[in-house]
Amino acid sequence: MIRHFLYETGRYLMFLRLVFRRPEKWRLSIRQFFIEAEKLVINSIPLIALISVFIGAVLVIQTANNMTSPFLPKMYIGYMARESLVLEFCSTMVCLILAGKIGSNISSEIGTMRITEQIDAMEMMGINSANFLVLPKITSTTLLNPLLTLMSIAMGLLGGWLIIYLTGMIKVSDYITGIRFAFNGYYITYSLIKTAVFSFIISSVSAFYGYYAKGGSLGVGKSSTTAIVVASALILISNLILTRIML
Amino acid sequence: MITVRHLTKYFDGKPAISDISTQYSPGECSLVIGASGSGKTVLLKSIIGLLDPDEGEVLFGDIVFNKLPLKEKKATRSQIGMLFQGSALFDFATAQENVMFPLNFFSDMSKSEKLDRANFCLKRVGLENVNDKYPSELSGGMQKRVGIARAIALNPKYLFCDEPNSGLDPQTSVMIDRLIQEITQEYGITTIINTHDMNSVMEIGDKVLFIYKGRKLWEGANKDILLSDCKELEEFIFASRMAKELKLRYGNGNPVRD
Repeated sequence: MIRHFLYETGRYLMFLRLVFRRPEKWRLSIRQFFIEAEKLVINSIPLIALISVFIGAVLVIQTANNMTSPFLPKMYIGYMARESLVLEFCSTMVCLILAGKIGSNISSEIGTMRITEQIDAMEMMGINSANFLVLPKITSTTLLNPLLTLMSIAMGLLGGWLIIYLTGMIKVSDYITGIRFAFNGYYITYSLIKTAVFSFIISSVSAFYGYYAKGGSLGVGKSSTTAIVVASALILISNLILTRIML
Repeated sequence: MITVRHLTKYFDGKPAISDISTQYSPGECSLVIGASGSGKTVLLKSIIGLLDPDEGEVLFGDIVFNKLPLKEKKATRSQIGMLFQGSALFDFATAQENVMFPLNFFSDMSKSEKLDRANFCLKRVGLENVNDKYPSELSGGMQKRVGIARAIALNPKYLFCDEPNSGLDPQTSVMIDRLIQEITQEYGITTIINTHDMNSVMEIGDKVLFIYKGRKLWEGANKDILLSDCKELEEFIFASRMAKELKLRYGNGNPVRD
């Protein structure tokens, strides 16, 4: 098992070396960057927005439900919802969801290209297929997914506001005071850095498993599943390490 | 001219191809025939460098291709066109974009020149009004033709085709064979085709190499193939019921009258 782990790690690093070569044609790689940005990042906006609104609302309900003491000011509901969203939900949870969505997309797309010999065709032409196909995916998700995190925070807070507005469980002004209370800008930086790291993991790991897929459509399915499992595990491990280092 | 010398490739210690030597000349369609799993694709991929042979040499002209560093291999590869078994057209690109793909990387043409070249290649393979169609919207035969158009886009010196007829009806197969032959003669390309279609052998095989269990057992012109005394080749040729009946009917080239 250890041998297999070392073998796979070595192969992953060799793969990254292939990916991070100088693009043969910058113009084509930049064009590919925008295509991937649309496919992987912009198309994820509706899903992330929807989830964030609902989670924000649920967080507020659960926090309110657990703060029954009359000595605790109600504005703490907003404060705690904000801290949960910024510190953990909008980076880690969103990236775990993205591991499923864009991880399977990347892995199955590249895996299908592998088994239908499209990657061989590129190599045959003398094109570095790993660089052309994977680098734009890694750069677009790593650079742009943090913007999704910012949007997710905003949508989560909006979800909290909506549930308070609709149910009247606390005063809206208390909630607004809470989400502005003791704001630490560094937490946003911490959250954005986490998202960038997690996005790198998702895109590179998924691309790695897709790139070396074999065995027909079953192999592509297997590579997608493995990619999501490994990316999710790595996200959780790196979350722990980053939190220990940064907080 | 492509020269193959003592080419050997092992998988898990077992030879997939063993000690194969041959030569391919410009303007000729050279066919590699053999049963499925005989090593045809391994030979083809070893020649073009998609697999690294364990022993032997592959020369493109005077260049020992398989011993070149990757960077220098790329220069030779830009002179190679390849038609894959499943066409291997890029799903994300239209027919026209597929043909323009190698031009985008390896030519200094302007966009309009590239479009002209792509249109010319598509026309040359008999395809019109499919420029904006994606591979999934094309029939198998059309996909093969787009594959050929992409392969000749950069005016290659060498053309490799892996089972160009697989999955095609007999009429379309003949059309693809003739197209490859015409292009080979027209541009003086060195063409190597992997096939197990005997029709292709008799139609366009200027030179035929028969592989059996990874070894070269017979080599010669297609007109000599029926005169071969190689037992395995005879079994391969007359494997189909129709071929057996024809053999019974015509014997050794002498028609039997009813």
